[in-house]
Amino acid sequence: MSETLLEVRNLKTWFETPKGTVKAVDGVDLTLNRGEILGLVGESGSGKSITGFSLLGLVDPPGKVVEGSILFKGEDLRAASVRRLQALRGDRIAMIFQDPMMTLNPVLRIGTQMIETVRAHAKVSKDEARAMARDALGMVGIPRPEERIDAYPHEFSGGMRQRVAIAIALLHKPDLIIADEPTTALDVTIQSQILSEVQKLTREMGMGLIWISHDLGVVAELAQNVAVMYAGRIVERGTVDQVLDTPMHPYTRGLIDSLPMENDRGQPLKQIPGNAPPPLGRPKGCPFRPRCGFATDACLSEPSETGDLSRGWRCFHPLAQEVSA
Amino acid sequence: MTVFILRRVLQAILVLAITSLIVFLGVYAIGDPLEILLPADASMAERAQVAASLHLDQPLPLQYLNFVTSALQGDFGRSFVYNRPALEVIFERLPATLELVTTSLVLSLVIGLPLGLWAGMKPGTLTDESVMTGSILGFSLPNFWQGMMLIMIFSVWLGWLPSTGRGDTGTVLGLRTSYATWDGFVHLLLPALNLAMAQIALVIRLTRTGVQETMPLDFVKYARARGLSERRILFVHVLKTILIPIVTVLGIEFGSLIAFAVVTETIFAWPGVGKLIIDSINMLDRPVVVAYILVIVTMFILINLIVDVLYSLLDPRIRSRA
Repeated sequence: MSETLLEVRNLKTWFETPKGTVKAVDGVDLTLNRGEILGLVGESGSGKSITGFSLLGLVDPPGKVVEGSILFKGEDLRAASVRRLQALRGDRIAMIFQDPMMTLNPVLRIGTQMIETVRAHAKVSKDEARAMARDALGMVGIPRPEERIDAYPHEFSGGMRQRVAIAIALLHKPDLIIADEPTTALDVTIQSQILSEVQKLTREMGMGLIWISHDLGVVAELAQNVAVMYAGRIVERGTVDQVLDTPMHPYTRGLIDSLPMENDRGQPLKQIPGNAPPPLGRPKGCPFRPRCGFATDACLSEPSETGDLSRGWRCFHPLAQEVSA
Repeated sequence: MTVFILRRVLQAILVLAITSLIVFLGVYAIGDPLEILLPADASMAERAQVAASLHLDQPLPLQYLNFVTSALQGDFGRSFVYNRPALEVIFERLPATLELVTTSLVLSLVIGLPLGLWAGMKPGTLTDESVMTGSILGFSLPNFWQGMMLIMIFSVWLGWLPSTGRGDTGTVLGLRTSYATWDGFVHLLLPALNLAMAQIALVIRLTRTGVQETMPLDFVKYARARGLSERRILFVHVLKTILIPIVTVLGIEFGSLIAFAVVTETIFAWPGVGKLIIDSINMLDRPVVVAYILVIVTMFILINLIVDVLYSLLDPRIRSRA
């Protein structure tokens, strides 16, 4: 079960703008095994979504993957042709987007969009494709799939639309699903329904899943491993238990503290002071330095990653040591 | 859908009734047709006789009432000039104009859509710049001048296409049409192109803008993420989205094309209703003017209805609301 599915090394995706180079993703390493769910967590602008798009070669100009390697089942996707990527997308690697209202084409029936996805990758008749689409809709818990397949996206509720998007992602039983904040737009009950559904399907089908989210709570519920992104880099990684119970990076600590907890009722929520640095004006050295209570002169140079790809962090003042010292 | 169409038909009847009143009053105000129809030295008795025969001696409300009663029976009066039923005179000339206008619309789509898609896919390139410059010329040069230049290039210098008249027509399914003969077809090309110029420019711009607004949308990225080919994305996902505004605008433009046909028909001596209405206004041929305007208004209403139906076919979100 621990077959390596995806190995990303030193991925850099930069945007050349007239005002300068925006280093949206600046040296990200990721490893994902079959059957594993990895949560990629960070604030808006941390580069987590761009990381997802980079894996599929879907970064819009002027963005460009400028360095690093993306090995998917041993194949370097950065060296892959446009044709090869097109063949992989939707087939071996599927993606689920944040807002299914915006991602399903409003003027085409659900069925049309599912059938075209089937037929883009499999030589089957329209009827067979339709049957596959209908089964996929049934699998994600859409009632009366035979009827609903002919409906338009606006005729579904938000939760149902997201199920449709998940059904589309599952059509070809992909090896890897990249889900970019797929439950953010949903209300909490629907969200947890979909989370448990996804968890079950990942386990049953032996897929790898990268769950991109700003919500550490959701990731804690769903994933086995977490990578926390800040300003284009992964600042801490580990299992959910490791990262949530003994966070090493002050930023991770801040994220955990800002989750609303049962026993803090009535208390003001803790927040991380300041804002994420603007992409063009990142501070020298550790990018979290201006917001960090532990920062010293050492933080003026950039911290390298301590530990390894299963448990690591980038900080000169890891919290657990502060505590033990 | 049935309720929707029924409601529109009722609206149409109301619009027609109001238009007929306005037109009738307007034409009444223009002048006295007797001045033009009769020689200057006609006696009072002659005047009275002609006025009586044309029912011009009756008070205005009675004239209008008579007009409405007969119009409901399909009789719009006889042309003072041609001494034949006004409707007959118009319908005789209408097919030539409609043929010209529909050919122009088809040309504007056939030429404008591909150019607009092409320019929209490559923003900022030489292709894009050339197409856009061309479309500015299509918009801003006066239509009659474009017509003269077309004649200059294709008829005078190259000698490829005839410059005037309708040429031979044939009958297809009971309709007299230029498409039936080669001679008719080549006669149609220049006037249709002339009339289409501004529309081509319009379609190019609408399409280009549409492509550029649609390509960055999430559903295009999602279509890519599903591994669809660029061709399918462009010709199904993007095109279907941008056709909605294009169909709407072209439907409205259909009316202005009929209006512009007056200029084109004059330049190319095309025997359509555009020429007829100019002549009839000059001659104060009331029945023809009134009938012409009512026919055009009816056509407008029909076109708008068709556009609305097409619109709802293209955009399912409207269908469920209608």
